[in-house]
Amino acid sequence: MNDTYIFLQHYWWFIISLLGGLLVFLLFVQGGQSLLFSIGKTEMQQVMLLNSTGRKWEFTFTTLVTFGGAFFASFPLFYSTSFGGAYWVWILILLCFVLQAVSYEYQAQRGNLLGKTTYRIFLVVNGILGPLLLGTAVGTFFTGAEFYVDKEQLTNPASPVISMWATPWHGLEAVLNIWNVCLGLAVYFLARTLGLLYFINNINNDPIYARCRRQLLPEAATFLLFFLVFWIHWLISDGFAVNPTTAEVYMEPYKYLHNLLAMPAVLVAMLLGIVGVLCGIGLTLFKQGYRKGIWWSGIGTVMTVTALLLCAGWNNTAYYPSLAEMQDSLTLQNSSSSFFTLKVMSVVSLLIPFVLAYICYAWRALDLRKITVEEMEQGGHRY
Amino acid sequence: MLGNIDTSLIDWSRAQFALTAMYHWLFVPLTLGLGVIQAIMETLYVKTGKEHWKTTAQFWMKLFGINFAIGVATGLIMEFEFGTNWSNYSWFVGDIFGAPLAIEGIVAFFMEATFIAIMYFGWDKVSKRFHLASTWLTIIGATMSAWWILVANSWMQYPAGMAFNPDSVRNEMLDFAAVALSPVAVNKFFHTVLSSWILGAVFVIGVSSWYLLKKRNTDFSRRSIRVAALFGLTASILTLWTGDGSAYQVAQRQPMKLAAMEGLYDGTTHAELVAIGVLDPAKTQYNDGKDPYLFHIAIPDMLSLLAERNADAFVPGIRDLIDGGYRLKDGSTALSAEEKMERGRVAIQALANYRAAMKENDAEEMALQRSILDDNFAYFGYGYIQEPTDLIPPVGLTFYAFHIMVALGGFFILLFILTFMLEKRGKLADARWMHYICLFSIPLAYIASQAGWIVAEVGRQPWAIQDILPTSASISRLDASSVQLTFFIFLVLFTVLLIAELSIMLKAIRRGPDNLITND
Repeated sequence: MNDTYIFLQHYWWFIISLLGGLLVFLLFVQGGQSLLFSIGKTEMQQVMLLNSTGRKWEFTFTTLVTFGGAFFASFPLFYSTSFGGAYWVWILILLCFVLQAVSYEYQAQRGNLLGKTTYRIFLVVNGILGPLLLGTAVGTFFTGAEFYVDKEQLTNPASPVISMWATPWHGLEAVLNIWNVCLGLAVYFLARTLGLLYFINNINNDPIYARCRRQLLPEAATFLLFFLVFWIHWLISDGFAVNPTTAEVYMEPYKYLHNLLAMPAVLVAMLLGIVGVLCGIGLTLFKQGYRKGIWWSGIGTVMTVTALLLCAGWNNTAYYPSLAEMQDSLTLQNSSSSFFTLKVMSVVSLLIPFVLAYICYAWRALDLRKITVEEMEQGGHRY
Repeated sequence: MLGNIDTSLIDWSRAQFALTAMYHWLFVPLTLGLGVIQAIMETLYVKTGKEHWKTTAQFWMKLFGINFAIGVATGLIMEFEFGTNWSNYSWFVGDIFGAPLAIEGIVAFFMEATFIAIMYFGWDKVSKRFHLASTWLTIIGATMSAWWILVANSWMQYPAGMAFNPDSVRNEMLDFAAVALSPVAVNKFFHTVLSSWILGAVFVIGVSSWYLLKKRNTDFSRRSIRVAALFGLTASILTLWTGDGSAYQVAQRQPMKLAAMEGLYDGTTHAELVAIGVLDPAKTQYNDGKDPYLFHIAIPDMLSLLAERNADAFVPGIRDLIDGGYRLKDGSTALSAEEKMERGRVAIQALANYRAAMKENDAEEMALQRSILDDNFAYFGYGYIQEPTDLIPPVGLTFYAFHIMVALGGFFILLFILTFMLEKRGKLADARWMHYICLFSIPLAYIASQAGWIVAEVGRQPWAIQDILPTSASISRLDASSVQLTFFIFLVLFTVLLIAELSIMLKAIRRGPDNLITND
């Protein structure tokens, strides 16, 4: 395997990790939705909350779709093994995002069949289940999943499927692993924390501001509790290492800690990210009138999650370990697309900074004026 | 290690994908068509400064938004179903198929997602021109998204620019341009997008005609009809052209699909094109010698002319394609289905032998098996086929879907011409009979649109990838009951959401362009 190919595999794992980081940041939309009824005590307040996250929900949605598409293009064996095997987990995630896609537009429309409250409950369901399930699913990158891969099956016309799940639960068994659930809960409370910080930034309304600040401490503290428990366990746990010469997968004590120490830039990114998240929360909590916490915590989230995912795949690590047969674990080398495809996709990836630039420009143009009661009472399109 | 595949799993997996695709395609064409129309209207507003064009554009944007949301929802399921239900396919061709999907996300979806927010919420926040640019970028994003997903679909119909790698046991991309710019992809893109423009135009004309019937919002309706009729007429004529191009590509790459589209069992030179026909249900065998039609009206030589650009050309029928023996254009003799299946089995066995030799580091044996595999790989997928008749797609469904699509395509050209002429002469506002025709044309546009995809997808069965991988070998290893359950979950969910969408849409239309602001 030539060096350029290895570089491209690592580059695409970086892109996947970055998309993962951006996705978790953008889960502030889900976090905000989960708080709809606890922060929005009146109809007008709920409308303001809905219009705040409602103008951003498509970014989260699109990032999720692109995350899936990028995985398909760069690591197709993961796409086929995980999606086709952990069927129920992915179907549940998809279903709760389907509910979100229609709920913003339909909730306040006349003739919406199910009534306004039902659609708002759908948004709350998406707000709770989305981060929880995504976090739990990502946990399996470190704890493993129950699958086999046997490419020879393709030569058996009676049963040519190469990936098989080892349990009849098809992914639901991931919730039996406490560390997966711990990460799921950390992501869920992080999403709620980010949602609160986003409301504080995006809505100009005193009661909402006061309620968000009051709610921030318990949400952030619960997030930190679950995150720290997961993180400390992650640092001291055995990990799935790969011998780069023989491609053999084996358990290595303190693997993820070793990864951080072996990749100082990733370590720095993770630590800076954690500090950023804490800064955003701290400044908002302790500095009256401070409204820019979402940017500190948001950038911190992107850095932390990107670093966490880099540790899952870089430095000779099996990023999707198989609990059923360790040697079937997926690594960057055995699951990636061909050299040519990664090269083509890498050229396309040069567009990403341009895409990010116009997103930032459009975001700023929309958010220059904060959401107010007056705006909601005026004309114009609103949810 | 694994037991045999349950055939009901294959059927339920296909049913679930068909359900999702058909629901998704209820919403996408309106997004593509109405998106351009509303952008044209906003352009007229910016150019002329007349407020009524702004109101007109905003009303259609409202309906666009209602439709767009559910299209996004069904689209999400579709993208991930390639993994959840077609995992073997995802591995076997993911190296090629995944790239267009990823590019779609990076290039198109983000553009759509970013600028649609400006389109709806930016009227008072950004300049007129920035807003107009956002409206256009929203629909350009949606259309670019269509490009990439249609590239992916076309590649399944005509797998170009790739080679099979026995070391990785998958197909790998060799030529990106051959994938992204294949003649099948180019034709499919223009045919699909232009036909979506027709649907958008029929929708605008139909809804506007309802206002004319009710004698309300007359100026608004006439304005909308003027734009939509001209737009629809242009799209219809271009669709006719691209339709011919698509059919030509089918004739070259998927002759079995063409034979099913025409109900052609026995190939012939000077083949006639069936204009109208009813198939005889008593014909149950491809080689029973019975006339396939109860009755039909045909245009002499036309099928040969359209399929081969030569009225004398031979067009193979289903019997020829199964039994083989006819002369191909390169002078060789066509293989029978049995011969192709045998060569497919040889290719699969050669792959197994190659893999075994690889484990034993037997380079000589690897080279030999590789050579056998390469010689027979063009028929690889046939090795998974059980019976020659499995290669025949459902003829009735393909035949009727094709003829309904073509007939409705012709009807829409007449509809747009007539609407435009009546409006130009100032007679449309009083022509109640025409209002009814326009109104009832809306469901016809949806039927034509669905029929087109039925031809494309049912007509290519049993293949997931033409000649390379049948649907039966493409699936995920799941319990049939799991897929059955998710099928019904999606069925109920999509149906409820569709009813909600229709109900909201009808309410919004009843309220009309004078009541744009308030929701509930």
